[in-house]
Amino acid sequence: MVNMMIDGKKVSAPKGAMLLESIRGAGISVPTLCAHEAISRSGACRLCVVEIRKGNRTRIVTSCLYGVEEGLIVDTKSERVLNVRRLVMELLLSRCPESDVLQKMARDMGVEPQPRYAADQDKGKCILCRSCVRVCEEVVGVSAIGLFSRGSCKEVGTPYNEKSEVCIGCGACAYVCPTGHIEMTSTGDKRRIWGRSFKMQACSKCGKFFAPVDQLKFISKKTGASMEELSVCTECR
Amino acid sequence: MTKPIGVAAKTRQIVKKHGGGKSAMIAVLQDIQETFNYLPKEALKAAARAMNVPMSRVYEAATFYTAFSLKPRGKHVVKICKGTACHVRGAAILQDRFETTLGIKPGGTTKDGKFSLETVNCVGACALGPVVVINADYHGQVTISKVDKIIKKINEEGAKS
Repeated sequence: MVNMMIDGKKVSAPKGAMLLESIRGAGISVPTLCAHEAISRSGACRLCVVEIRKGNRTRIVTSCLYGVEEGLIVDTKSERVLNVRRLVMELLLSRCPESDVLQKMARDMGVEPQPRYAADQDKGKCILCRSCVRVCEEVVGVSAIGLFSRGSCKEVGTPYNEKSEVCIGCGACAYVCPTGHIEMTSTGDKRRIWGRSFKMQACSKCGKFFAPVDQLKFISKKTGASMEELSVCTECR
Repeated sequence: MTKPIGVAAKTRQIVKKHGGGKSAMIAVLQDIQETFNYLPKEALKAAARAMNVPMSRVYEAATFYTAFSLKPRGKHVVKICKGTACHVRGAAILQDRFETTLGIKPGGTTKDGKFSLETVNCVGACALGPVVVINADYHGQVTISKVDKIIKKINEEGAKS
């Protein structure tokens, strides 16, 4: 266990833990977009910044990626932290002005759209945090999507923007997306995502459409469970 | 151009040479580009399969580096350096000249498939600025009249062979 001071509170945390968990464990809230329990950390959104003090020096770090250290003094609400966080928020807001998640976060932080940053009209709600790409690779294991091109042209999608052959339509990417950029629509026995249409499986007991057939086939292949067994929805199982 | 073996087969040979795996990806893509002059879709798909790397990772790398082209390029690729040193020494005027002479914009290829025009950020030969790189040849201290000579020379060589 290591001992730290967070906002004047004594906090101890297990070795190897990240600052963000310790801060939240101490009941202090830190805004984040890209930190998700299901995927590895990337420090992409940069909203979780805090100020740390070691000896006479202080510095700004992303708490989601900074490991806990003995004797660390952490300030999560100093003027410097709030300034950095506000700037990050202003930039995120000008990239995705249409995102209601960002708009609400900005309102809570007292941040308004800044006229000095021209608002992007063509980026959708994507903040390029790579959460969807990570979940597709790390959790689902198919890597159907990626972030293509570079710089201001960078965007999320499938290779060549074509219908993906490997996508199983599970919707994990849409689920982890913090801003709701990825569109997934389900109507009756069809689900649409990444420009492809997936046939949904009806539960053999209650008849509800609960998962894409391709996803069940994928699970069946991975775990060896029979398709019959998988054709029952989680509620009836 | 005749292709004795298919794009996919040739790509598999390239991957085999580098030993597969994610770490060899850039080298594989460079070799594919050298072989086909650009990165054909078929080759990328074959490379992804042979390297056992997801297609999305391969396409990420292929679109990230400006040295890679997903479109077929001309026989001679003209790269105008627009780094700081070349910029102050008149790279923009040279670009203008190339554009009007060849009738293409950066990123474009002439209809006869002879020339492609690209701008690059720095080729590391600032003392020679403004620099124009054509295929593997570096042309230093290029002037407008030199531009015409270079193009004329390439056209004459092309006519001979």
